[in-house]
Amino acid sequence: MSTKTDKIDRLAELTAAKRTDQGHGESLWREAFKRLRRSPMAIAGTIVVGIFIVIAIVGPYIAPFDPVSQTWGDEVFPNKNTFVGPRAENWLGLDHLGRDQFSRMVIGARQSLMVGVVATLLGFAFGALLGGIAGAAAGLGKRWGRRLDTVLMRFTDMMLAIPALLLAVSVAALMGQSLATVMIAVGVAQVPIFARLLRGSMLSQAHSDYVLAAKATGIKRRRIVLAHILPNSMGPVLVQATLTLATAIIDAAALSYLGLGSPDQSTPEWGTMLADAQRFLSGAPQLAIYPAVAIIITALGFTLLGEAMRESLDPKLRK
Amino acid sequence: MALLAVDNLSVKFTRRGKPDFQAVDGVSFAVSEGEVVGLVGESGCGKSVTSLALMGLLGDHGVSVGGNATFDGIELLKLRKDAMRDLRGRDMAMIFQDPLSSLNPVVPIGIQVTEILTRHRGMRGEAARKEAADLLDRVGIPDPTRRLREYPHQMSGGMRQRALIAMAVACAPRLLIADEPTTALDVTIQAQILELLKELVDSEGTALLMITHDLGVVAGLCDQINVLYAGKVVENAARRNLFAAPTHPYSVGLLGSIPRLDAPRGEPLTPVRGSVNDNIDWADGCAFAPRCDHYTIECLQGPPALTETYTGHGYRCVNPVIDHTAPAVSDTEANS
Repeated sequence: MSTKTDKIDRLAELTAAKRTDQGHGESLWREAFKRLRRSPMAIAGTIVVGIFIVIAIVGPYIAPFDPVSQTWGDEVFPNKNTFVGPRAENWLGLDHLGRDQFSRMVIGARQSLMVGVVATLLGFAFGALLGGIAGAAAGLGKRWGRRLDTVLMRFTDMMLAIPALLLAVSVAALMGQSLATVMIAVGVAQVPIFARLLRGSMLSQAHSDYVLAAKATGIKRRRIVLAHILPNSMGPVLVQATLTLATAIIDAAALSYLGLGSPDQSTPEWGTMLADAQRFLSGAPQLAIYPAVAIIITALGFTLLGEAMRESLDPKLRK
Repeated sequence: MALLAVDNLSVKFTRRGKPDFQAVDGVSFAVSEGEVVGLVGESGCGKSVTSLALMGLLGDHGVSVGGNATFDGIELLKLRKDAMRDLRGRDMAMIFQDPLSSLNPVVPIGIQVTEILTRHRGMRGEAARKEAADLLDRVGIPDPTRRLREYPHQMSGGMRQRALIAMAVACAPRLLIADEPTTALDVTIQAQILELLKELVDSEGTALLMITHDLGVVAGLCDQINVLYAGKVVENAARRNLFAAPTHPYSVGLLGSIPRLDAPRGEPLTPVRGSVNDNIDWADGCAFAPRCDHYTIECLQGPPALTETYTGHGYRCVNPVIDHTAPAVSDTEANS
C-alpha cells in the first residue's frame, strides 16, 4: 500500500471516527435501542408497561385490604341493586360481594402479567423452535429438509386455520380449569404465528448477499444457518413477542371471562372480575369498567412498545 | 497449463411455465497463475452466472450446468458438494459487488474473518484473532484490532470492500474471482481497491478473474479480456489488441459509449442502441444483430462461429468492424 492511500485512509478514518465517536463498537441492537429511546411511542409504552409491572410486583404490599375477605358484605345487596361506589375508604368502591375493588384490581395485575408473560414465552419458545427447525431444514436445501419443512408448515397452517381463541378454548376444555391451562391455551394459540414468522424471516435472509458471500468462503451450512441467518431473523420475532404480550393478556382475560379461567377464587383476576361484573352491568357498570380499562391500557402499552420496536428495527429507517 | 480452464460452459435456467433461459452459452476461457482475465459485458449477459457456476453456488433447483471447468486438474462441475465446499474459500475465493450487503450486519467483522480461518486453517481463539488483524492490516485497514470488533455498518464502503478482500485472501487462494468489486464504490476508492487487487496478484501470483461492465477497470488491470454478449463470448483478445483493434461491433459500441473528458461540452453520449430485450436467439443468428450497425442478412444464417486471428484475437461476427483476414490492416497498426 502506498503511503498516499494510507494517508487518505487515515483521514477518512479520522473523520469517520469523529462522526461516530460515541457510537463506536456499537451493535445493531444497541443502535436500535438508541432510536427507541427517542421515540415518543416507545416512551409512552414503556411508562404504561413500567407502571403495570411495578404494580404487579408490589401489588400485594400496597393493596390496602384483603382482596377476598367480604369485609363490607353487609353494605352491598346485588339483588336489591344496592352497590357502593368510590369513597374515601374504598377508592374504587366495593364489588358485588362487598370486597374492596381497588385491592382486587391491584392484586389482579400480577395474575394478568404472569399469564401474559408465561403464555408469550411458551408461544415464543415452541413457535421459534418449530419455525427455526423448519427454516433451517428448508435452508439446508436437502430433499428431506424441504419435506420436513413442508410437514411442519402444514401443521402450523392447520393450527392457524383454527381461530386463536377457539384453539385456546379447546385446550382449556381438554385440560380442565387452572391457571396453567390458561397460560398453555393462550401460548399454544401463539405458536403458529411465531413459527411462520421465524421461518419466513429465515428464508428471506437465506437469499441475501451475505449468505451467498458466506457460502463462497466455504463455511458449512450449519454454521451459516446458526451464526448468520438466525441472528438476522430474530428482529421481527422479538417485536412479535412484545405485541403478543398484549394479545395474550386480552386472550387470558377473555378465557377467564368465558369461565375457562382459573377456578381459584383466592386470587382476583381481571378477566374473572369482568365476567362477575357482567351480571350487575345495569346496577354497577363501574365494576366492569375498571378491569376492562386496566386490560385495555396494559394491552395498549405493550402494543405501543412493540410498534416502536418494530420501527426502530426497520432497516428502511436505519441510518 | 492454465490454473482454471473453462471449456464450453453453459448454464440453463428452467422456469416453470416459461421457456428455458440460456444464461451462459458455450463460454470458454482460461486463467493462469498471476494473470488477470476480464469478463466484460452489460447486465444480464451471464458474467455473474459464470462466476457462480464456477464456484458451485448456483443451487440445484431449475439450473442445469454443462461443459467443463478444470481448476488445477480438478473437475469443478463434477465435484462432490463437500469437496467443493473445502475448495471454496481455501483455493478459490470470491469478492462480491456490494460490500455492505455481502457482510452480515449483526456479526462483527472479526468473527466473519476468523470463522474462515477456523474453517479452512483450523485456527482458533487468540491465534485466529491475531491472524485476522494481520489480514486487515495487509489490505490496508488502519487500526485493525479495533476494526475487528466493529460491525459492517460502522465502516465506510471502501473499508468494507477491503474487509471482504481480506476474507477472500484469508487462506491465500490460488484463484480469486472478483464480481464487479468496484461497482458500489466511488471513484477514488475504486482506484485504491483495484490497486490493492493488482498488488495481490503481483505479490502472490494469484490468478484473478475480473468480472465487470466497466471497461476502465479492464483497461487498467486485465491481461486478457473476454467480451460476453447474451451468454456467449463475442470477442476475446489480449488487452492491447482489444483496445487497439476492437473487432466485434458490440465491443466497438462498448468502447464508444465511454464518456470522454475531451469531448465537446453538451455532446450527447453514444449508447449501444436498443436493449438486451431486442436480442434474438443465438440459434437463429447473431443475438446482437437487432442492435448492430453492421447488420446484414448474413447475420441471420445461424449462430456465427468464433474466428481467431494468428495473434489469438477471437471474434464471433460475420461482419467484423475490422477485417483481420484482409492483408495489412489492423494487427500491425494495432500493435504499433
